[in-house]
Amino acid sequence: MPTNLSARLCTLVLSLVLIAFALPAFAGPFEDAVAKFANDDYSDTEEAIGAVASSGNKLAFPIINALQDGRLMADPDSKKVYVTGTDGKSIDAATGEAVASVPDSASAVRLNNRLRRSVDAALGSLTLQSPDLGARLQAAQSVFKSHEETALDPVESALAKETNRSAKTALGEARAAILLFKSDATEVQKLEAVATIKARGDQEALALLSDIGTDQPASVAKAATSAIGSIQNSLAVWSTVQNAWYGLSLGSVLLLAAIGLAITFGVMGVINMAHGEMVMIGAYTTFVVQEVIRTRYPALFDYSLLIAVPLAFLVAGAIGVLIERSIIRFLYGRPLETLLATWGLSLVLQQAVRTMFGPTNREVGNPSWMSGAFDLGQITITYNRLWILVFTLAVFMILLAMLRYTALGLEMRAVTQNRRMAASMGIATSRVDALTFGLGSGIAGIAGVALSQIDNVSPNLGQSYIIDSFMVVVFGGVGNLWGTLVGAFTLGISNKFLEPVAGAVLGKIAILVLIILFIQKRPRGLFALKGRAVEA
Amino acid sequence: MTPHMLTRSLDRGAAIFLAIVAACGILIPLSNLLLPAGSFLQVPTYLVALWGKYVCYAILALSIDLIWGYCGILSLGHGAFFALGGYAMGMYLMRQIGTRGVYGNPILPDFMVFLNWQKLPWYWHGFDMFWFAALMVLFVPGLLAFCFGWLAFRSRVTGVYLSIITQAMTYALLLAFFRNDFGFGGNNGLTDFKDILGFNVQAEGTRAALFALSCLALIFSFLICRSVVSSKLGKVLIAIRDAESRSRFLGYRVESYKLFVFTLSACMAGVAGALYVPQVGIINPSEFAPGNSIEAVIWVAVGGRGTLVGAALGAIVVNYAKTFFTSGVLAPYWLFMLGALFILVTLLLPKGIVGTFNAWREASRERRPAAASAAAEDGVTEPKMAE
Amino acid sequence: MPTKSIHDIAASFSRRGVLAASAGLMLGLASISGAKAADDTIKVGVLHSLSGTMAISETTLKDTILFLIDEQNKKGGVLGKKLEAVVVDPASNWPLFAEKARELITKDKVSVVFGCWTSVSRKSVLPVFKELNNILFYPVQYEGEESERNVFYTGAAPNQQAIPAVDYLMKEEKVKRWVLAGTDYVYPRTTNKILEAYLKSKGVAQEDIMINYTPFGHSDWQTIVADIKKFGSAGKKTAVVSTINGDANVPFYKELGNQGIKAKDIPVVAFSVGEEELAGIDTKPLVGHLAAWNYFESIKTPANEKFIKDWQAFTKNPKRTTNDPMEAHVIGFNMWIKAVEKVKSTDPDKVIDALPGIEAPNLTGGVSKMLPNHHITKPVFIGEIKGNGQFDVVWKTPGLVAGDAWSKELDGSKDLIGDWVGKKCGNFNTKTNKCLGSGS
Repeated sequence: MPTNLSARLCTLVLSLVLIAFALPAFAGPFEDAVAKFANDDYSDTEEAIGAVASSGNKLAFPIINALQDGRLMADPDSKKVYVTGTDGKSIDAATGEAVASVPDSASAVRLNNRLRRSVDAALGSLTLQSPDLGARLQAAQSVFKSHEETALDPVESALAKETNRSAKTALGEARAAILLFKSDATEVQKLEAVATIKARGDQEALALLSDIGTDQPASVAKAATSAIGSIQNSLAVWSTVQNAWYGLSLGSVLLLAAIGLAITFGVMGVINMAHGEMVMIGAYTTFVVQEVIRTRYPALFDYSLLIAVPLAFLVAGAIGVLIERSIIRFLYGRPLETLLATWGLSLVLQQAVRTMFGPTNREVGNPSWMSGAFDLGQITITYNRLWILVFTLAVFMILLAMLRYTALGLEMRAVTQNRRMAASMGIATSRVDALTFGLGSGIAGIAGVALSQIDNVSPNLGQSYIIDSFMVVVFGGVGNLWGTLVGAFTLGISNKFLEPVAGAVLGKIAILVLIILFIQKRPRGLFALKGRAVEA
Repeated sequence: MTPHMLTRSLDRGAAIFLAIVAACGILIPLSNLLLPAGSFLQVPTYLVALWGKYVCYAILALSIDLIWGYCGILSLGHGAFFALGGYAMGMYLMRQIGTRGVYGNPILPDFMVFLNWQKLPWYWHGFDMFWFAALMVLFVPGLLAFCFGWLAFRSRVTGVYLSIITQAMTYALLLAFFRNDFGFGGNNGLTDFKDILGFNVQAEGTRAALFALSCLALIFSFLICRSVVSSKLGKVLIAIRDAESRSRFLGYRVESYKLFVFTLSACMAGVAGALYVPQVGIINPSEFAPGNSIEAVIWVAVGGRGTLVGAALGAIVVNYAKTFFTSGVLAPYWLFMLGALFILVTLLLPKGIVGTFNAWREASRERRPAAASAAAEDGVTEPKMAE
Repeated sequence: MPTKSIHDIAASFSRRGVLAASAGLMLGLASISGAKAADDTIKVGVLHSLSGTMAISETTLKDTILFLIDEQNKKGGVLGKKLEAVVVDPASNWPLFAEKARELITKDKVSVVFGCWTSVSRKSVLPVFKELNNILFYPVQYEGEESERNVFYTGAAPNQQAIPAVDYLMKEEKVKRWVLAGTDYVYPRTTNKILEAYLKSKGVAQEDIMINYTPFGHSDWQTIVADIKKFGSAGKKTAVVSTINGDANVPFYKELGNQGIKAKDIPVVAFSVGEEELAGIDTKPLVGHLAAWNYFESIKTPANEKFIKDWQAFTKNPKRTTNDPMEAHVIGFNMWIKAVEKVKSTDPDKVIDALPGIEAPNLTGGVSKMLPNHHITKPVFIGEIKGNGQFDVVWKTPGLVAGDAWSKELDGSKDLIGDWVGKKCGNFNTKTNKCLGSGS
């Protein structure tokens, strides 16, 4: 941005803030600038942004804001530009007069990444004193990143008025960033700035400090170097924490995928190779639920997952019961045959879904509460991963409680431990078998709901998890839910600590080899069942 | 029925099988080469290549039947041994290309040239000699099976656990061979072969010879398996399959028996892979995919587990069906059919085609209950799952 | 499990016997081979996976060829004969590709084959096409380093996709630091090798290039996205060049969106992400990330608008998207028709000789030309992802770019050219004036 704009920009911001009523629009230059939006040329658009932002016109903020949201419409024929409000009403961008409708030939002014940065910078200075705290923080952040000298005065005046502590810190950091790059700032100011940025201590601070260039006074350069060193040290510690978090998160995904298998394989001894397809069915159930919500009840979108969870459980569970009654029950006691039959079943289910929903990926959206991330210290925690971890643990606990405290759980355990004795006691073992298999499949379906949030929803979804799930169950010890839990988190965390060292591919191979070796050492997994059941 | 009669009847089945394979091995190549192209009895070259592929699969199926049908070891990673044998042969064929590669580099295969490799990795040395490659075809799968089996059988990993870790093994190899840095051509694998022992791989004569050779290998593999399962060793294997702990308590070194037969089976799979590669013209990591190994197991199940002849037959039948159903209007439904086959065979034909046929013949010939129960006790015709 | 007694077996025999017999009958019938069509049609082979992992991408291409054949037949076919598609399913299984190619050529006697997606499937069928001397049109962008007499490459070579994209980022976004992220297989490896050499020739230092490979179908991107974020915070403008393949893209973009990496901070330019891949993602958090292709559905030309309309009518799906490999098939198909009409024959030898020099309009307003190296000229577009899953073209090459069969950036191939017209050689070394390898 040319330096002579600084004064104008400052005027603009002050005028926006101090003078609540409208100033008469500048006659020529502003309108010319606005007309440039209609040229559909990125450099013209960039000039227009600069000119409009510094024009001091009260329309500047709505125009730039609309530009960011794709609501600024330009008609290439008449060179007229319109702002469409969020309420659907439109105004002429040059005059501010309301218009009845935007002509059909008009289309939204296009942006590319360079322009988006200009828009951000312009909006940053325009919204530093917005009444909304979130907007102020964002503005401070974008000034911190762009650290244009022109933003210094607005930042300082905003800083003087700011009462909120976090916004104050953010503004202080933005001010420091500007001073650090301002060629005529004093050495003291710059040293203070380095200290402020050092205190921020994140990767963006690091980026800023690494970028200060060579024309700094020696003391500043030295302070910056030492600040970089200390930030890097603390980030190294944080990266260990981050790896642990990633490991937990990966572990929770593995656990969720494996937990249904721990029931069918671990408790019943049935090797269900179609387990992955139950996960897939859960994911497709989510897709169908979201589709219905999108077309019929768009307002419910944020609840789509809550609706999908019980539905997926029922759908996958019902299919599971059906499979058990029609195939698996004829194969009890023949685990290897079960393996082959269920593998065949998985092929059929995959191709069936491919035929019904098409071979391509289906879009499953993230509800707003599962989007985005927050910072905890210097690590970023994404909401979807966090929720999946919480959800997994909840499912695990409910399952555990169910096995321990309900009549069905009691019967399931009885049948597992001694089928004949249980039958003699009057337990309908075949009913329990069907319900157990249904339970395992239903939980796989629930897993599908969660996995649809982070992975493809495609017919191949299940296959990518099946081998990992078996590894988790076998590693943790068959027939022991706690073993599955420990197994999943051990594998997740060790994978994530191996990945930065060995790379993703080698890391995965290493884990597989380690599991193979581990099984040699403990053929029944981490937590082996003891007693006669082992030799059955 | 006396055991003597049983042996004789089985021998007759085996003899018929061997005669058919030998006849195919001689007649098909002759018909392909000698009769004019397009004549009614002439077997077109593409069918020779196709059937050559089936015969290689039949050898793989035999090797699986040997350990699964007779020793109760269900390997879901046998495709790995097949692929390793194939890679050993593929490496020989790559080295034979010499300066005829697209970059004309006398030593380095093409995929190394364009990724700027400067010299041949150590493990590629020696593969320019056929005898060395042939040795490696047996040695590499054999060694892997030996190490794997030595660890697994000694620590008494059995049943589904073994199946799952064999699957992990082939999956790990799949990932490893996908890596370009591993030096085996990554995802594309090894391809564009020119000649084998000086003969053009594409020539009709070479194809016919490879087909005959595959049939010969099938006959040899069959004879080896037969001699193993009909010897005393074979009886011990069956005992291990049916009651492993009991065999151990009787004083047999169960792990040694298993290790022997597992290694033997891996070598056979390696040979199958080595014959497969020049006929198909490519070897790449997808051969390691766990799905392929599972599919090979189903061939055995379809044909009849523990019958040897059935295994070979199953491989040919299923693959023929695959060839047929993946063209034309039925193409999108092939996976439905394959999946249904898996389910129906395990549910309705647990003994497979040959096993069911044998049982039916025994039953129809000997209606007397006494003889029937004798047959039922015999492990060879009545495979029972080790649990 | 107790051994079943022979009584049970005898009792159940009849049922099983019937089953076995009917299975045998089914297979016996199967051996009577089909596909006995009349001689008054010209057969066109379609070799795309309809099941298995690649069905996700390849099914559309099968439909494209069926659509094109339908359109051509409405115009009266070619040489007075109707075209007839022969569709086979290689089921995402590479050896099966070779088998099916052989079947198409020898049994069905097709005149040309349109097919393959992955490089490995092309490599797998290559010996078959050479041996049986037929024509393959290959429609997907690939790593280059190949020029075969029997294959026509209508997708982009690296210089028609990767290098213009990097140029754009260098000029327009002033990118100084590069992450080359890819799936671990041949296409990304080669492309990244080429890009690395190219970037270094433009003065980018080694420490400003980060290369990362992941397995197929990688779904946990947390670590890598965090690494990219870290790499991007060294104070220089950073961009990611992604050759991540297929299924792994959705979780990758989801993670990018969730970790808050915006296109304006670290743009990602992808070479394998098109309209079809985006159909599975909510693209709002991805607005501004880039893709480089030779065609976008959103490009407004009369030819493209008509194509999309007819295509959606043919598939009876008003939402069906179009993508770059489809356009490649359109160009390839029209070139083949023109060549056949030129030599008035479908004989592969004649058509192969006629094809270089043939021009066919592409859907973006230009005219593509088949080059002597069997690659074609194409425009290169850089598109930004929009909120609706489409792309907004932000840059395009001034004219058409000629596809290089051999990359100029790699030591092994910088002196090679493919020329099937003058030199009759796919890998001619211009330094030594020799045709290398098998072509000699």
